[in-house]
Amino acid sequence: MARRETPEINAGSMADIAFLLLIFFLVTTTMNVDSGISKKLSEKPPPDYKPPIIKEKNIFEVNINRNNDLLVEGDIMGIKEIKEAAIKFIDNGGGLGKPGEDGTPGLPCDYCEGERSESSSDHPNKAIISVQSDRGTEYGTYIEVQNELLKAYTVLRNRLSQQRYGMLYTELEKRYKDSRGTEKEDLKKKVEDIKTSFPQIISDAEPTS
Amino acid sequence: MSKFKKKKKGMPAVNTASLPDIVFMLLFFFMVTTTMRETSLQIEAPRLPSATEIKKLEHKSLVSTIYVGKAKDVKYGTAYNRIQLNDKIATPEDVPAFILRAREEVSEAEVPFMTTSIKADKESSVGTITDIRIKLRDVNALKLSYSTQTGADN
Repeated sequence: MARRETPEINAGSMADIAFLLLIFFLVTTTMNVDSGISKKLSEKPPPDYKPPIIKEKNIFEVNINRNNDLLVEGDIMGIKEIKEAAIKFIDNGGGLGKPGEDGTPGLPCDYCEGERSESSSDHPNKAIISVQSDRGTEYGTYIEVQNELLKAYTVLRNRLSQQRYGMLYTELEKRYKDSRGTEKEDLKKKVEDIKTSFPQIISDAEPTS
Repeated sequence: MSKFKKKKKGMPAVNTASLPDIVFMLLFFFMVTTTMRETSLQIEAPRLPSATEIKKLEHKSLVSTIYVGKAKDVKYGTAYNRIQLNDKIATPEDVPAFILRAREEVSEAEVPFMTTSIKADKESSVGTITDIRIKLRDVNALKLSYSTQTGADN
């Protein structure tokens, strides 16, 4: 007498079901790496603080009004033109740089390729970009402007890094992050060198209301 | 006789019985490691502006996030200027307390590396952001990051 086998439950499709779930979770999982424009705020000034006197020509003024229009150094400008204008301003190198902390006199900018105009910035380390926005300005526009200004710095840093070390600054920075030991020390010096050559000085003026 | 009939020899099928187990294991791994957003948003998910010159935020435990956008609840109005701290809609005045509470959770040595990430909608106004910024400066939380999407380079 043939024994009747108990029919087994077909588990073949189990894998499909599990895969489906797996793929669902894979797709919906956003490993949200938070990234953004980083900014260092200035410390709160003491009450008796007097702001230093800065020459008009060393300030690059960007105004954004409440209708998100831009006024750059007195000219109405589109958002895409800011980068070029900022590069021109930072890279001008018309005079001497900031004196060193140990009292050494400031040096002229020997890596600048700008026009060396008298009426524009003296040195990249003196060149201040001031962004003045209105309280009603849209945040999106504000970020766009910040981004364009940062792009200007990146362009200049890349150029200098290419000249001095034969690679782009972005590449240099990435290598610095991935490196270990003595190589890291070496790369750190290079990164610092580029950073101090073109320091990012973007200040946010109190918004108008 | 039929009992002894020679069975036809075919290729034995690969045993896939353990496949579901493997896949389930993967599934559980992903389910466990997926951290759902720990704060529920009281504002509509902010549409972040996009930028290219961005830096990744490292050390998640040292990041405190401030959301700015339109409140889901209409009683707060429809402007894109509501601030959310933790689970509540708040005002800029609450920011220092929020930062100080976040500081308590980390060790003393790590405090200077704490970053505040502002996730604001692109239609928020700069005024709101400035209010937050002034409050942050008051409590010496100087590292700030404007959270953005990665935009296309142009």
